[in-house]
Formats: sequence, C-alpha cells, structure tokens
Amino acid sequence: MSPLKRVTYFVGLPILLIVLWYALSFGSTNFFVPKPIELAQTLWTTWIGDRFFDDVLPSLGRLAVGLFFAIALGIVLGLLIGSTRWLRNLLEPLLEFFRAIPPPVLVPLLMLLIGVNDSMKVAVIISGAIWPVLLNTVEGVRAVDSVLNDSCRSYGIAGFARIRYFVLPAVTPQIMAGVRQSLSIGLILMVISEMFASSSGLGFTIVQFQRNFAIPEMWSGIVVLGLIGLGLAIIFQFVERRVLHWYHGLKEITHDS
Amino acid sequence: MRKQRSAAAGPKAKALGLGISGIILFFLIWEAAPRLGLVSDRYLPPASEVLVRLGQYLTEAAFWNDVADTMTSWALGLFIATVAAIVVGLIIGSSRFLRRATHTTIEFLRPIPSVALIPLAVLIFGTSIESTLLLVVYASFWQVLLQLLYGIADVDAVANDTAKSYGLGRLARVRYVIWPTALPYLMTGLRLAAAVALILAITAELIIGTPGLGKQIALTQAGGAISSMYALVLATGMIGVLINLAARIVEKRVLSWHPSVRGEVVL
Repeated sequence: MSPLKRVTYFVGLPILLIVLWYALSFGSTNFFVPKPIELAQTLWTTWIGDRFFDDVLPSLGRLAVGLFFAIALGIVLGLLIGSTRWLRNLLEPLLEFFRAIPPPVLVPLLMLLIGVNDSMKVAVIISGAIWPVLLNTVEGVRAVDSVLNDSCRSYGIAGFARIRYFVLPAVTPQIMAGVRQSLSIGLILMVISEMFASSSGLGFTIVQFQRNFAIPEMWSGIVVLGLIGLGLAIIFQFVERRVLHWYHGLKEITHDS
Repeated sequence: MRKQRSAAAGPKAKALGLGISGIILFFLIWEAAPRLGLVSDRYLPPASEVLVRLGQYLTEAAFWNDVADTMTSWALGLFIATVAAIVVGLIIGSSRFLRRATHTTIEFLRPIPSVALIPLAVLIFGTSIESTLLLVVYASFWQVLLQLLYGIADVDAVANDTAKSYGLGRLARVRYVIWPTALPYLMTGLRLAAAVALILAITAELIIGTPGLGKQIALTQAGGAISSMYALVLATGMIGVLINLAARIVEKRVLSWHPSVRGEVVL
C-alpha cells in the first residue's frame, strides 16, 4: 500500500465524522451538544494549567501505583499458587468467587475499612485489577509444556533459575492478556472511586461539571478520560511488542508452516 | 512426587474437597478476625452475622425486586449490544475497504472507559433504567464487536474461495463460511461481555442511583447497615459466579460441533 493510501485510510473516517459533526451542529443551539471548535477550546482552557496538576496528575499517580501493585502482586501470587498443587486446589473456587464480585461494589466496602483517602483509592484499584493477572498466571503455570518441564527437571534446573528461565517466559503471553484486562478495570475503578467519595481528581471534577450544568467542560472531561484510555492502550501495545516479540515471531513461523 | 501420586488416586474428589475447605477456611478467618478484635466489628462484622442477613434478604420481596432490576438492565443491555455488534461486525467484516477505513475509529472509541459516560447518562436520562442501559451497551458492544472482527479475519481464504467458485452468493457465504468460523470468537466475546455488563450495571446503580442491587449497597453503606452491605456484596458475587457458569454452559452447547469443544484430534 502506498503511504498516501495508508494515511487516507488512517485519518479518513475520523475526519469525515468530525466534518459531519461540525455540519450538523453548525446552526444548532442544542444545549447538550457542544460544537467541535468550542469543545477543543474548552479542552484547552479547562485542563491545561492548575487543574492538570491538582486533579489529573494525582489521579494518574494513583492509577499507576495501583496498577503496579496489582500486576506485581498478581504475578508473584499467581506463580506461587500455580506451582503448588494443593494450594491451587484449595484457593481456586475462592478466587473464582472474588473475581466474580463486580469490583465497583468494593468502593463502599473499602471506604469503611480504610476511610476516604488516597490509600483507599489505590486499594480499590489493586483489589479490582489484580484478578485477571492473578488467575491468568495461575492458569498459565498450570498449562506449561510438560516436556519442557521434565527437561528442566532432568537438567537439575530448579528454584529461582527455573522460575526465571522457564516458568516466567512460558507464562508471559497469558500474563500480558491479563494485564490488558487489568488496565481497563483499573481505569474504571480510578474514575469510580473519585466519583463516589472524593473532593478532587478527574472523576470528581467531571461529576462536578455535570452537576453545575457546565456542559462543554463535562464533555471535555469525557474526552480527557478517552485520551487516557487511548494512552494506556498505546503504552500497553508498545510494552507487549517489546516483551513478547519472540512469541509473535514464533506464532508467525508456526502459522506459515 | 509422592504428593502427585496420591492426588492421582481421586484427583477430582480431592480437588473438590480442598476447594470446599478453602471456602470454609475463608469464612472461619472472616468470623475470627472481628471476634478476636483484629478488625473492629463496626467495619467488618463476623461472617455468621452477614450470612444470617443474607438469608433474611433471600426471603424479602424487596431484595428480589432489586435483583430483578439489576438482571433486567444486564440482560437487555447485553442483548442490544450483541445484536448491534453482530450487525455492525458482519457489515464491516465482509469488506476489506470498510475494515481498513474503520480501524482507527474503532481503536480510538474502544478504550474510552464507559464510566466516562456516567455524567452524560445522568444528564440525558436521570436515574431511570436507560442510564444503566447506556453504560452496559457501550461497554459490552466493543467486547463482542472486536472478537467478531478477529473471527471474521480468521476465515480460511481457501474455504472462502471454494465457496465462491461453487457459486455461493455473498449472503450464503456469510451463513455457511463466515458465521461458523466466527462463532467461537463471538462466544468468547459474549462471555467477556456478560461479565462486563454486570460490572457496569452495578456501577451505574451504585454511582447514579438507578434502581437495583448497586443502589441498595450505596444506601446500606450510607445508612450504616454494615452487615446488610456485606450481605449484598456477597449476593452480587454469587450473581457474578452464576453468570460466568451460565456463559460457559451456553458456549459449550452452541459450540458442541466445534473441534475445540468436541475434544477430538483433527488433522
């Protein structure tokens, strides 16, 4: 495909939609629907400046800390539970139950246990985002190639070296699939914890705009959340390519043969 | 090694036994923690108290009304999202041009967290059930659509060309070539969407205050009825487990013809 054609495919539909939006909202005085240019201006004036440091950055910070602990704990506990048979059997039904609890109901629960503060919001993110990583790791450890497992054992590879050079690489594709789910759950929980109980942060600010009928500002907040979601997806894709480049290569080869 | 051999004697029964003891152990710890004063029972009532409250709930009509409200928005939202995603997916998937042209737009819209739409839902629909539906439909639509598009991309080119040279029209190819290939992917998407839809239904009730279990949880928490709140949280977990189980059973039923479910070796 020529570069020109590629670019056209890339931006064609988005530009068409924006033009359509512009045309349809041109003469309209509908209170609820913002105009594209107005929205872009509001986006700039509302979010660049003090609010960026007071609301957006702390929210992102809590999200990063929460996700980091959720992923790290999920992998460590998953490796531990997955490689010990009795522990796995003991905990599996329980873990399935915890995963099935819709994470947002943990917000009022953790509010009681921890109180309304930053650690509560981080705890909410961890307690919701840990399950996909944890359960995928357990599942992955259980499904490691048995021939490779036996080879490791007969070469006397055990302990840390076994985890580092055999189990962890074998489980990484599964872990990454879990991380992808965790990212979107973490973002949802970041917003909800701020909407439900907070006096600062992105979620709180957006609800505040809506309550004050500051419609263009509210829309701009929705756009900011969308951009954060998009940013997370791009970062994830980049990291996944780096971490799993060997895996994608392997899949291509097996598909070709 | 010894452990493995003994487990092989009755692995299923033993796993089940361990699983049940895991659950019992969990409830014992939960019972003991507030009783021994490790956690204040104002914040974490003992398990027995919560379970008794849950038992009472099961006999109350109001509780079942809330369950019905939650499940209605769940089922209706999931249904609308699935039908919309199948129609859109089949249209986009059947044309290379559309697939390419919509790629960036889909990749941009998909990661927008559905909770970002909460203020919009409140503004337009207030606390009626449509608010919940908007969130549920938006969140589950992408799950189904994306899996369906993966599935359609997976259609075997040779099978498709064969069907073409036997003179199968576009509609017949969708029915006999594309649909069977994409169905396993679609079922995966449905299973994911079913779980996501419950999360969003409860979220909307919790934050917006549309009728259902989530609203009750917020009310009991605000009113300090702590054991009621824990009982309701347990109830939502059970609904989640039931939905996961049901989704797996449906998947198995629908795909009973498929090699991955039949468990036979295909060469």
